[in-house]
Amino acid sequence: MKISHFSVAAGLALASCSLAVTAAEITGAGATFPFPVYARWAEVYNQETGNRLNYQSIGSSGGIRQIRAKTVDFGATDAPLKAEELQKDGLVQFPVVMGGVVPVYNIQGVPTGQLKLTGEVLADIFNGKIAKWNDARIAQINQGVTLPNATITPVYRSDGSGTTNVFTTYLSQVSETWKSGPGTGSSVQWPVGQGGKGNEGVAALVQQVPNAIGYVEYAYAKQNSIPVAQLQNKSGKYVAPEAKTFQAAAANADWKAVPGFGISLTHQPGDEAWPITAPTFILVPRAPEKPEQVAEALKFFNWVFTKGDQMAIDLDYVPLPTPVKDLVRATWQSELKDKSGQPLLKQPS
Amino acid sequence: MVALSQKALVTSADKPSRRSSFLSFDDAFRLASLGSALIVLIVLLGIIGSMIYGGWPAFREFGLGFITSSVWDVQRDQYGAWVAIVGTLTTALIALVIGVPISLGIAVFLTQLCPPWLKRPVATTIELLAAVPSIIYGMWGLFVFAPLFARFIQIPVSSLVEGLPLVGSILYARTPSGVGVLTAGIILSIMIIPFIASIARDILDQIPPVMRESAYGIGCTTWEVVRHVLLPQVGVSIIGAIMLGLGRALGETMAVTFVIGNANRLSASLFDPGSTIASRIANEFNEAIGLQLNALMALGCILFLVTFTVLVLARLLVARVKTA
Repeated sequence: MKISHFSVAAGLALASCSLAVTAAEITGAGATFPFPVYARWAEVYNQETGNRLNYQSIGSSGGIRQIRAKTVDFGATDAPLKAEELQKDGLVQFPVVMGGVVPVYNIQGVPTGQLKLTGEVLADIFNGKIAKWNDARIAQINQGVTLPNATITPVYRSDGSGTTNVFTTYLSQVSETWKSGPGTGSSVQWPVGQGGKGNEGVAALVQQVPNAIGYVEYAYAKQNSIPVAQLQNKSGKYVAPEAKTFQAAAANADWKAVPGFGISLTHQPGDEAWPITAPTFILVPRAPEKPEQVAEALKFFNWVFTKGDQMAIDLDYVPLPTPVKDLVRATWQSELKDKSGQPLLKQPS
Repeated sequence: MVALSQKALVTSADKPSRRSSFLSFDDAFRLASLGSALIVLIVLLGIIGSMIYGGWPAFREFGLGFITSSVWDVQRDQYGAWVAIVGTLTTALIALVIGVPISLGIAVFLTQLCPPWLKRPVATTIELLAAVPSIIYGMWGLFVFAPLFARFIQIPVSSLVEGLPLVGSILYARTPSGVGVLTAGIILSIMIIPFIASIARDILDQIPPVMRESAYGIGCTTWEVVRHVLLPQVGVSIIGAIMLGLGRALGETMAVTFVIGNANRLSASLFDPGSTIASRIANEFNEAIGLQLNALMALGCILFLVTFTVLVLARLLVARVKTA
């Protein structure tokens, strides 16, 4: 998948070379998770303004490497950089769009939404502590659902990914054993189960292996109609993953708590909050060598904030709540200035 | 007519004197071919050099433990290659065990037994097999082969051997998912068959017909001809063909990544998921930073070393058999 994304981006870049030079060309690189929506935005933005965005989905760490080396105008990452890293590398970080990670399963006779799980149960399944579907702890929260006496096969992402990072962040928050065991990261040491490459690999294994459970990005589960479990959130309510519950998770978060908006949206309070929600981030240099390029990038993201919501929803991503967008715009005004001290982006709307 | 040939004579006589002033075509050709050979050498040295340079921090940090440790924990920055090394060797061995007899069978059939009208289609099919991209093998393995393998092999075999000593652990699937070390080995065997088979066929074709005919002449059966006359003749060259297949099996990346299950665990069962050096690199390279990246480079060095050792051993073996 990544290769094809890359070649699409390369193709776009090639195509743009032969066209008018007056239009701005913005380059970015990084996270694969938001690639479909960035590509859609870029296409419509190009139709409206003539400006081009060339985004290469090479993975978050690649994006961070490239923006550090200043070979692109912006980098994109799923896992936020810490405040001291931003400081050290002279980068400004802001969120653009959100997505959710959902547990998907394959149990005969249990259609989508029927299975309920708590965070601790989910962690113990992936830890190998709960080995069968008819375990007492699962049965207790699923009264009325017949679960088989069958071994659970956990399925995880074998490639390093932001999806795994978000998922393990959540498991570490809800389970001490997980935190001190496999921990959080874009790839961790899984004690049990099988690894599939990419969302498509995980989905294929879950759909083929009876009694499997895995995790994929929400858009992927929805578009492929894979059964999705309900999760208990921090407020003790069981919620299904959908745009509304992702929004609720974002609305209740304290975005100003961490510089660079580097908060985690997992395990947020709120009756309707989906517990495994995550924003994806953009990195731009604080003192760019080419301020006009960063200004063009900000223009693009400002346009995204104004006009991109419906396009994101259509692709099963979740737009940022308006107050968060305003916070991001305020950050642009205060932190990204040209040499004369004027904000790079003149009038955000 | 006469004038023309005289003119031709004159020009050809002139040539040597002109040649000395410029670089002759012959010299240019020699330089060009030397350049091509040097490019390979430079590129190879460059790759080795940059991999050692990239992997050095990992070797320095873990020492010999990098090879013997089976921990691969990105969170705690602890890396060991043992599981991947074992997985690489196991899958390659399975591929050879399955692939070599089939390849030799194909070669013998094509050269000795095949009716002429069937020769072309079978040979072409095998060559086409070599042209299939490895990602296709991977996707076919995951989406088509794995479910069938789980249903018709893993589940029946597991229930048959459950509780038995030895085979009860080697061929028992705790979760029959269809993917695992054995699946990867089988897919690899399909991938190396065309290489071994087509070289083995060429070798068998080169045996002078008179040998075969005289063997038949003294009343040998087909089996006896193949076993006692043909195979001893080609033995050494066949090893070369097998090593070529082995090289491919050791380094195959994408197909294995799809079907091996990608678990960093050592398991007694061939049905359980594992990982190989190449699949580990393919999985983690994109998001690797810091010491993890160094460890992946170091894995690359080890794979290089393993392949190199295998090739050297093959050469030695060939040399020994030749002198004997």
